[in-house]
Amino acid sequence: MRSNGILRIVARFLIPLIMLFALYVQFHGEYSPGGGFQAGVIFASAWILFVLIYGLEAGLAVIPERTMFVLSACGALLYAFIGLLGVALGGRFLDFSVLLDDPQSAQQAGIILVELGVGITVATVVMLIFTMFVKRRAELDRDDHREGLD
Amino acid sequence: MVAVAVVASRDLFSAAMLFAIYSLLSAALFVVLDAGDVALTEAAVGAGISTILVLAVLALAKRYEHPVKALNLPALAVVTVTGACLFWAVSDLPDFGAADNPVQTHVAPYYVNETYNDMGIPNMVAAVLASYRSIDTFGEVIVIFTAGLGVFALLSVPPKRRRRRSREDDQ
Repeated sequence: MRSNGILRIVARFLIPLIMLFALYVQFHGEYSPGGGFQAGVIFASAWILFVLIYGLEAGLAVIPERTMFVLSACGALLYAFIGLLGVALGGRFLDFSVLLDDPQSAQQAGIILVELGVGITVATVVMLIFTMFVKRRAELDRDDHREGLD
Repeated sequence: MVAVAVVASRDLFSAAMLFAIYSLLSAALFVVLDAGDVALTEAAVGAGISTILVLAVLALAKRYEHPVKALNLPALAVVTVTGACLFWAVSDLPDFGAADNPVQTHVAPYYVNETYNDMGIPNMVAAVLASYRSIDTFGEVIVIFTAGLGVFALLSVPPKRRRRRSREDDQ
């Protein structure tokens, strides 16, 4: 699809907007509908659109597979870390109100950080699954090609 | 109607597209019910990512379903009985939106009344999801991470069957 000018221009226009919308859904989740799950999926869809237009190699140049792996684990670990931080500060697991002096802002900080962890994990896992499927397709094509040569 | 079309369609590509439409319609339904968070999720996950992933799988599989002619009578009986039981159970449910529903009288009043005092944020869904029911959400994140690992474990192995076949062809 590299050669299709209209698709490329529309995608170039849309991808930043989708990413911006994902960040809005992520960090505005306490005030409007949204949160980490939705934001992660929307962010991943921007990357998938990029891959559909520019190819998987360009997509993996932006974020290598290894980075996706590390980030998806980091998101879940961030969530657990925030939960354990509450324990360390004398509360219960995932009790955010002890994180800061003011329980209200502590709750907000906890929710934002936890949702960030959710968003990172969801986005990278979706990207990872998509990458795996696309790579498998490429492998099969290569095999077919080889069979054709034989 | 769209759901019936999904089941009836033998062309898996159009079934995937119809399923996306089905998800989008459910998202619209959630908007009508004032469930913005759920609608956003359904639109993003159901209509968006699921469709993309199904299409990615279709690129690996064949486009048309094998027609299965045989009628599976036990399966039909199980489905009919279960469906009838569910419809029967619906008559026992309290009226939709009634003020004395168990849903409205258990923990919901606490969330509605106290969320703003506890957290100072207006979106109760975010508060319940991330704070009051945080361990559930933590579990969900772990499930998603595990799903990613599972797909990686399944697909990172090179396709052996084909290799073997092509090797046999060589011999």
